[in-house]
Amino acid sequence: MISPPLTKNDFKTDQEVRWCPGCGDYAILNAVQTVFPMLGIPKEKFVVVSGIGCSSRLPYYVNTYGFHSIHGRAPAIATGIKIANPELSVWIGTGDGDSLSIGGNHLIHAMRRNLDVKLLMFNNRIYGLTKGQFSPTSEVGKVTKSTPYGVVDQPFNPIALALGAGATFVARSVDIMSKHLIEVLQRAANHKGFAFVEIYQNCNIFNDGAFDHLVDAGIRDEHLIALEHGKPLKFGKAKDKGIKLNGFKPEVVPLASTPDSELLVWDEHDPSSALPFFVSAMPEGTMPQGIGVFRDVDRPTFDGEMAAQHANVMKKYGAGSLEKLLYEGDTWKVG
Amino acid sequence: MTNETTHKVRSIEQVVIRLAGDSGDGMQITGNEFTKTSAIVGNDLATLPDFPAEIRAPAGTLPGVSGFQIRFASKDIHTPGDDPDILVAMNPAALKVNLPDMRPGKTIIINTAMFVEKELRKALYVKDDGTIINPLNDHSLSNYHVIPVDLNKLALEGTKEFGLSPKESLRCKNFVALGMMYWLYSRPLEPTIAWLRDYFKGDKVNFANANIAAMKTGYNYAETAELFVEQYKIPAAHLPAGTYRNVMGNQAVALAIAAAAKISGVPVFYGSYPITPASDILHQISKYKNYGVYTFQAEDEIAAICSAIGASFAGMIGVTGSSGPGIALKGEAMGLAVMTELPLVIIDVQRGGPSTGLPTKTEQADLLQAVLGRNSEAPMPVVAASSPADCFDRFLEAVRIATKYMTPVVFLSDGYLANGSEPWRLPDIDKLPKIDINFRTERDGFQPYLRDPGTLARVWAKPGTPGLEHRIGGIEKRDGVGSINYDAENHDSMVRLRWRKIYKVADDCAAPLMAGPERGPLLVLGWGSTLGSITSAVEMAHAHKMPIARCHLQQVWPFPSSLGAILSRYDRILIPEMNLGQMWRLVRSEYAVQAYSFAKVQGRPFTTGELFRKIQQTLELPAHGSSHPLDTKLERASEVAADVSGG
Repeated sequence: MISPPLTKNDFKTDQEVRWCPGCGDYAILNAVQTVFPMLGIPKEKFVVVSGIGCSSRLPYYVNTYGFHSIHGRAPAIATGIKIANPELSVWIGTGDGDSLSIGGNHLIHAMRRNLDVKLLMFNNRIYGLTKGQFSPTSEVGKVTKSTPYGVVDQPFNPIALALGAGATFVARSVDIMSKHLIEVLQRAANHKGFAFVEIYQNCNIFNDGAFDHLVDAGIRDEHLIALEHGKPLKFGKAKDKGIKLNGFKPEVVPLASTPDSELLVWDEHDPSSALPFFVSAMPEGTMPQGIGVFRDVDRPTFDGEMAAQHANVMKKYGAGSLEKLLYEGDTWKVG
Repeated sequence: MTNETTHKVRSIEQVVIRLAGDSGDGMQITGNEFTKTSAIVGNDLATLPDFPAEIRAPAGTLPGVSGFQIRFASKDIHTPGDDPDILVAMNPAALKVNLPDMRPGKTIIINTAMFVEKELRKALYVKDDGTIINPLNDHSLSNYHVIPVDLNKLALEGTKEFGLSPKESLRCKNFVALGMMYWLYSRPLEPTIAWLRDYFKGDKVNFANANIAAMKTGYNYAETAELFVEQYKIPAAHLPAGTYRNVMGNQAVALAIAAAAKISGVPVFYGSYPITPASDILHQISKYKNYGVYTFQAEDEIAAICSAIGASFAGMIGVTGSSGPGIALKGEAMGLAVMTELPLVIIDVQRGGPSTGLPTKTEQADLLQAVLGRNSEAPMPVVAASSPADCFDRFLEAVRIATKYMTPVVFLSDGYLANGSEPWRLPDIDKLPKIDINFRTERDGFQPYLRDPGTLARVWAKPGTPGLEHRIGGIEKRDGVGSINYDAENHDSMVRLRWRKIYKVADDCAAPLMAGPERGPLLVLGWGSTLGSITSAVEMAHAHKMPIARCHLQQVWPFPSSLGAILSRYDRILIPEMNLGQMWRLVRSEYAVQAYSFAKVQGRPFTTGELFRKIQQTLELPAHGSSHPLDTKLERASEVAADVSGG
């Protein structure tokens, strides 16, 4: 039977979307509902899993199978789902608190294993649902409800964390840059393995403008740098600056006095995560922040390897007989 | 090996032996081999391994002592025995730790090679002035039948042809001891020889041969050195006809996991994080990949249960296994399984607590955690295994309830059941309980919280099924459609609905195991691993013409619907538990009955003697009376139990 192609509307639910008006989450939901019908995957094969937080309401709004679980545990729930059925396309909606704080352990281990799921980390640098405490990505000094004298914790760099944990696909996009976001989500969808996507997302209630200094239309070209495979790293409104590697240290150089051959040429497929790590660690404020794909490498997936091991054991020994299992070995008969 | 001895061979009904040594001495292996051989010759048996939590506490010290008690008999027995008839002490520490359990007149085999100053000092055989005490010379053992043997020398001489280093040769000394015990109790060597040949294969065959030689050395030495006045024979027990194997509780659970997948045709997913004493389940079932068993060693306890919940959502039978501390970590996710009404079995192999507690010792103190230990109203059925072999049946029952009622179920075992063993009459595969699972595929009328009117179970629709896309989660929902709903009336009705569903199990569960008169002066109410001790004590009471009864719960929560009437038929209720009265509290709160608590939390099972004594005492107490577990006015039965022989 040939079904008509899926559309965005097929992925909308009858649930009233309850994010605050003006929240960046709407743009992300829109991108998800745009990308899903483009993937050629039947609707029933999608599962959207989440933990707790504003971002984690995502499953209710996407008309597929969905599981809104408990705080931080979405990667663990998704692990069971993928082992039970590796054919499913499993997506995780999470936030900076859900995934980097309470769920940090599950996140790093899911990335280490290369579980074949796509994780969208809505990073708004604040706790939204609990109404305004600092998060593990809040900047030092930030005054929040729980830090009236300013945050003293050092924040996580989510991209560096994902690279360090061995994620095979690591990318960043921005809620309001819908074309870019859709492209990144498509890339994530097409990656076989763990896809970690950090999305700068504005919480207009508790942390409004958190990314204005990076993403405002007028200034973003000076503060964001698009990572494009095979191309030298260039940025600036007038495309007048580039990134050069001085030893292990990336530096901003003027293109006027630097030939392209001296610029860092982006290689997202480099087996080593060293280079994307250098670039992810470029300090915010003095150097541009990368958007796009930091890393995209092939490695066997956890769920795939597990399924293969089961198939091999089944091939080697055949389907196990319960009779044999119970009755073999050191048994004896009475009567 | 043929028995050409001129010794008198005396037939006896039962023996309790205890093998004790340093944790590096291989006592558990020795005990397991003796157990297996005794099972194969047809004895009924029960075992009690007792080992330290440390992998290797400092060698020769008191905390490093590892023991293995086995009782084997030509009659039906229920416990590993109250105290040993014979103790093998491989070093001074083993003697010192185990001597308090030995009654006068019993036999102690002592490895004399280790009773030297250095070892005696490590075992604290030291006077106040710092001088050494050697129990072999100071008459402190004069009430015992002591058999001194230099096991080290026998091990060295018996294995000298294999070119081992002295250290390697000495590691065979447990097999010298095993050989002696095999001679003493007329056991065949062949099963252990076969095991050694399988265990040490290929380039390790030299070790197999050395251990076999050591075992034969012990066997021959016992015979020719005339260490023992008599040799014994324990005939096969008259067990019901069937095929038997020896099984430990954790093994039975592992086999039941494979059985659940086979019987239901739905794969089992086991998410677990290593923890004593549950880890052996994971080890064993990780081999069962061709039985439809998937294992996931998770990064932590929470991931272990959450992955199992995810697998259940996706259409496998989710199972997670741990011990008390891990169950505490899983609490929130157990509530999620209640809320999402997914089938899940949570295995709790209880150990001494709280916190890290006594990791290798047994306890029944997670009962209230299993029944109530979650935020808000999160009811779930609890079943408890009552013997190592019963772990098999009870686990299948847990899966049956979980899948029939779409609910998490707690399966309680404990350290004693997990590592203890008994002969298991293997079930007829065709007669195993049915586990019927029907996944929803019909689109018409589908709602995620559509319920079976009889069981109140919701439908199970797995991802990948066209047309049944739906969302579930931990937020309160409206019944049927499953949409988020925060209304006051709705929440009240959903909370009651989830409880009502669980109470349905009270009419559809394993009946309590009853013994003794239908009414009378005393009912001993138990649950879990105390069945063996209680049964032995009740049998002893019956032998003394006491008209008492026993009621043992297999379904622990909700209580079977028959329980209220049962309790009402007896003048007194006595509840022995390896905790401070947790079942006592539940029974009193549920039925408003009076009951006497017998609480003991010593990391080891009740002895038959102390339970019998308690039964005697309770019969003297007022009818319809009660005693609090912390009540110190009542005489502690365990302190006066010494003169009651184990039965």
